[in-house]
Amino acid sequence: MRSGDSDDRRSRTATLESFADTIVPGEKRTPDDRAIAGAATGGGAVAAGAVELLEQPAPGLAAGLDHYAAGLNAHAEAYAAEHGVDLETGLPAFVALPFEHRTALVARLTAPGHPEKDGWVLLALFCTMAFDTAPHMRTADALAAGHPGLATMGFAPPQADGLWRFGEFSYGRQLADLHPATTPSGSPA
Amino acid sequence: MSAEESTDVLVVGSGFGGAITAYHLAAGGARVVVLERGPWLEGKDFEHDFLLGSSYTRVFDFVAGDGMSVLSGNCVGGGSVVYFAALPRAPRFVFERHGSIGRRMWPAALSRDSLDPWYDRVAEAIPVRKQDWSDVTYAGGLWAAACHHAGRTANPVPSGVDNSLCTNCNWMMAGCRFDAKQSLLLNYLPGAVAHGAEVRPLHEVQRIERTDDGGYRVHYDHVDGVDYRVHTGSGTITAKIVVLAAGAGATPVILQRSEEGLGALPHAVGRYFSGNGERLNTAVVNEDRVREVLGLDRGDGRAYLANQIGKGPVVASWDRLDAALPEYERFSLEQLYFPPGLGTILAQAAGPAGSPSWFGVAKKEMLRRWQSWLTVFEMVEDDNEGVFGPPPPTGNAYRISQQMLGRGTLSYQPTANTKRAWALADAEVKDILERDGLATVTPWTNDVVGAYTVHPLSSCRMGDDPATSALDDRHELRGHPGIFVTDGSAVPGALTVNPAMTIAALAERAVPGIVEAARARGVQVTYGAPLPGSGTTGPMVRSAP
Ligand SMILES: Cc1cc2nc3c(=O)[nH]c(=O)nc-3n(C[C@H](O)[C@H](O)[C@H](O)COP(=O)(O)OP(=O)(O)OC[C@H]3O[C@@H](n4cnc5c(N)ncnc54)[C@H](O)[C@@H]3O)c2cc1C
Repeated sequence: MRSGDSDDRRSRTATLESFADTIVPGEKRTPDDRAIAGAATGGGAVAAGAVELLEQPAPGLAAGLDHYAAGLNAHAEAYAAEHGVDLETGLPAFVALPFEHRTALVARLTAPGHPEKDGWVLLALFCTMAFDTAPHMRTADALAAGHPGLATMGFAPPQADGLWRFGEFSYGRQLADLHPATTPSGSPA
Repeated sequence: MSAEESTDVLVVGSGFGGAITAYHLAAGGARVVVLERGPWLEGKDFEHDFLLGSSYTRVFDFVAGDGMSVLSGNCVGGGSVVYFAALPRAPRFVFERHGSIGRRMWPAALSRDSLDPWYDRVAEAIPVRKQDWSDVTYAGGLWAAACHHAGRTANPVPSGVDNSLCTNCNWMMAGCRFDAKQSLLLNYLPGAVAHGAEVRPLHEVQRIERTDDGGYRVHYDHVDGVDYRVHTGSGTITAKIVVLAAGAGATPVILQRSEEGLGALPHAVGRYFSGNGERLNTAVVNEDRVREVLGLDRGDGRAYLANQIGKGPVVASWDRLDAALPEYERFSLEQLYFPPGLGTILAQAAGPAGSPSWFGVAKKEMLRRWQSWLTVFEMVEDDNEGVFGPPPPTGNAYRISQQMLGRGTLSYQPTANTKRAWALADAEVKDILERDGLATVTPWTNDVVGAYTVHPLSSCRMGDDPATSALDDRHELRGHPGIFVTDGSAVPGALTVNPAMTIAALAERAVPGIVEAARARGVQVTYGAPLPGSGTTGPMVRSAP
C-alpha cells in the first residue's frame, strides 16, 4: 500500500516505536537506529511486536494511532522547549528526544492528574503486553519463535501438544504450622 | 408481531448469584431464563493462549474506573470460569463489622453461625476440598516457609480444584481446560439446564421496567461473539420475578439505567462498593537465600524459580484475622499467581527514587527475574468508598477493545482507614519476605489504573438500615418487590478472605425467600431440590443462542 510507505506512516511508526521502547527498552536494531534508544540489552517492546499489536483491530486503538503519534510529538516539542533540549531536525520530535527525557515525559503523561492520562496508560498497557504476553501471536508460536519478551522472562514452553503441564510442582512437605483456630472445613474461624 | 416472550423467573448473569438461584428455581419447577452477556465456553474451548481473541480475552472483563479497576468474568459461569477457586469461609468477626456506618453493617439475621449451614451446602455442591501439603505448589510452599521463618502460621486454603485432574498449568484465568477447577459449568449450571432452565449467552441486559401487572420487562441486546462493542439486535422478556446477578460491577449499573422504568431506587444502589480491600505485592526472591535460609530445594538444584507453576493461590497466612484486633487492622495474606500482562504491568521495580517503577529500564530488569517472583495478595477491610457515576449507554462500560477492556463509571477514593490498612498489610509482607535477605518486595502501584480488584462487592448491599442498604435481609430490592439481587453486590462489605464461598452461600440462603415470592406471584415452584451433582445433573447441553 502506498500510504503504508509514506513519510507520514514512517514517522508515525518511529514515534510509536520510541514510545514502546520507553516502556520496555531494548537494544538498537542497527547502529543508526533512532527510534530505539538502546537503553537495555536484548529485545524490548519494539522487537516484541508492540507496533504490530497496536495496529491490529483487537486492542481498539488502531484508528487512533495517528492521533497518538501527533500527540506524542507535540508533547515532545513542548517538553524540549521547556527543558531547553535541542531537537535534531528531520526526526519526529519524540524520536529526537533523548531517552531520559522520553522517560520523564512518559512518566508525566501517565501520572495521576494528567488530563490525558487514560489514553497514555492505554498505549503503555499494550506496549507492555506486547513484551510480556505477545498477545498478537499464539503463545506457543511466540515461544517457538523466541519471542524476546517471553524469552526474557523465562516463560516455560508447553508440552508437545501445545498445553502446559507441570508434573513437579510441590516441595511435598509441611512448611508451616496451621493457624490454631482453623475450623474442620479448613477455613478461618 | 409475535407475542412478547414471558417466563416465570428471569436471571441476569450466570455467575454464583445467577447459577445457584437458577438451579434451585428450575429444579423446583419454575420456568427460568438466564441471560448472560458473555459467550458459552467449556472444557476444550479453554485455550492455553494469550492471543487476543482466545478464550482468555473472551471470558474476561477488565473495567478501568476512576481510582478502581474491576476484573471479572464475562461468560456463562461468570467469575467461576476465570477464578482461582480458593474457597475459604469468612471469619466470624467479619459479620460484626461496622465499617463506615458506625453500627453493624450485616443484617441481624446473618452471622457466621447462621451462614455455616449454607456454606456447607455450597461446599458439597462445588465441591470444596481441604488441601494437603502435598497439594501445595512451590509458590505456596515458599510463602508458607517464609511465614514460618518469621514466626507466623500459614494454611493451605480450601479449594474447588480437583487435584487429581490438575496439571498445575496456571492457566486458570483463561478457563480450565482439564475440568480440574470446579467452576459452575460443572455443577449448578448443568443442573439448572437439566431441569429446563434456558441459558442464553451473548445476551446483555440493559434495563428493567415495571409492567402493568406488577411484573417486570427486561430489555437486552444481542452481543457479537467476537467484537463485544457491536450489538446485533435487541429484545425483551417479561417475568414475574427478576434475579439480578450481573456481578457487583454491573448489577448497580443495570438498576441505575432502569430508574426511569422502575421508579426511585434505594439510595445504596451504586454506592458502598468495596474492592474487598484487595492489594498485591510482588516479591522478587533471592534464590540462594531461599535455599540457605528456608532450606528449600526442588530436588534438581533449583530452590524456587517456579512462579509459572501452579494453580493460583494455595497458601494463606491468617494470623491477622484476629477478632481482638480493631477494625481496619485485620487482613489475610495469600500467595497468588497472576499471569503476565495483568500480573506484570502494575508490579513496581525497586529502582532508585525518582525513576519510574512500573515501566522502563529497572522494570525490564525485574522482568528478567520473573520466574523468581512471588505474588502476595492482601485482603484488608476497606471503607465501602466506591460510588458509580451515571451509567454508560450499554453494559457497564464504554468498551475500548473488541474484548475485555473498557472504561467504567466507578469512582473509588480510598479513605485514610483503607490506606492505613493497606500500609499495615504491606509492612507485614515486607517483614515476612525481606527478612534475612529472602526477597525484595514492592506493592503494585495504584497510580496507573487506580486500585484494582478481582473481588467487587457491596454495590447494592443488604442490611437492616434502609438508608445504607439497598436490599432487605432476603435480598429483595427495597421498594421493588419481585426483584432480588444475589451476587457479590449484596455482600455488605469486605470479607478479609476470597469472597466466592460467601457469595454462593448467601445465594443458597436467598433461594427459599425467592421461591416464596414467586409462589405469591402465582408461579408453580417448590423449594427443596437436592444439590446438583446428587444424581440430578446430566451432561450439559448448550441451549441455542
Ligand atoms: C482472576 C480472578 C480470580 C478469582 N479468584 C477467586 C478465588 O480464588 N476465590 C474467590 O472466592 N473468588 C475469586 N474471584 C472472585 C469471584 O470470581 C467473584 O467473587 C464471583 O465470581 C462473583 O460472583 P457474582 O455472582 O457476584 O458475579 P459473577 O461471577 O461476576 O457473575 C456475573 C455474570 O453476569 C454477567 N453479566 C454482567 N453484566 C451483564 C448484563 N448486563 N447482562 C447479562 N449478563 C451480565 C457477567 O458476564 C458474569 O458472567 C476471582 C475473580 C477473578 C476475576
